[in-house]
Amino acid sequence: MKWATRANIHIDRAACAWLIRRHLDPDAEFVFVTDPAEVPADATPFDMRGVELGHHQGDCSFETILRHYHLDDPVLWRIAQIIHEADLDDERYDAPEAPGLDVVLRGLSMICTDEKTLAITGPIFDGLYEFHRRATLLGREPA
Amino acid sequence: MLLEGVVVVVRASAQGAPGEWVLLSYRIPREPSTPRITIWRKLKRLGVAQISDGLVALPADARTREHLDWIADEILEAGGSASIWIAHPGTTATERDLATAMAAARAAEYTKVIAEATTAADRDETARFSLARRLRAELRRIHRRDYFPPPERDQATAAVDALAQPITESKEPSS
Repeated sequence: MKWATRANIHIDRAACAWLIRRHLDPDAEFVFVTDPAEVPADATPFDMRGVELGHHQGDCSFETILRHYHLDDPVLWRIAQIIHEADLDDERYDAPEAPGLDVVLRGLSMICTDEKTLAITGPIFDGLYEFHRRATLLGREPA
Repeated sequence: MLLEGVVVVVRASAQGAPGEWVLLSYRIPREPSTPRITIWRKLKRLGVAQISDGLVALPADARTREHLDWIADEILEAGGSASIWIAHPGTTATERDLATAMAAARAAEYTKVIAEATTAADRDETARFSLARRLRAELRRIHRRDYFPPPERDQATAAVDALAQPITESKEPSS
């Protein structure tokens, strides 16, 4: 399937792309546009103004996608808190990882193309997922 | 004291025309008041310059643009009207006035932090450390909306850093 989002991706879009590829559509193809009018007709837009998979009721797009596709994995919801704070910084959640992750993504966006940023952040989110999966199983921080 | 901050601003755009700003023009229904207050809080948190009723501005960059974009959407969802504009102030003086007002608003926030840090200077270590943690979080919030840093920014950081220093025993000579 084709998915479209705004070019010059930051934390929320990078995390959404990872979520889509890992949990919704392994063959996902991403298109980056600079104007909403450029979204191809056969693509599902996300993290853009005025689309279903965007910010709604104070949620970031990552949270919206989890809700929309009924993904109720608690590990993904824990990651959602981190993405929410990194993106919106509204202190709704306690996510000490967020400021660091935000800076890493902002730095990457300065030196990488969107495709490269996705390639680099994929394993970062995989690792984040594994860390929080183990933390959830253990009930404490894994070693 | 504020003037120093303004000098930096003017120099930043001295090369030519005023810089780029992102503007949000909006109207929200008076009732219900909850979304109205939520949006007002978000704008305040972003440190916007209020140009007039229903018109706020931030210096344009990827982050400010994106934050105002989402707030515009939220205003639409709340039954209001909103549009985003990218604009240049007509004169450098207009830009300077905006920047000066924004720097002054941040300076007032830093001054509050400095006052809190200073009054706690003679409290015990536990109290000072816990206050330092709280004030550092507060400084981080202010930094995110500080687009034209006033001199109070560094002073506030120094005041909080001093608070986080362990008390050195002056009676014993340091080795």
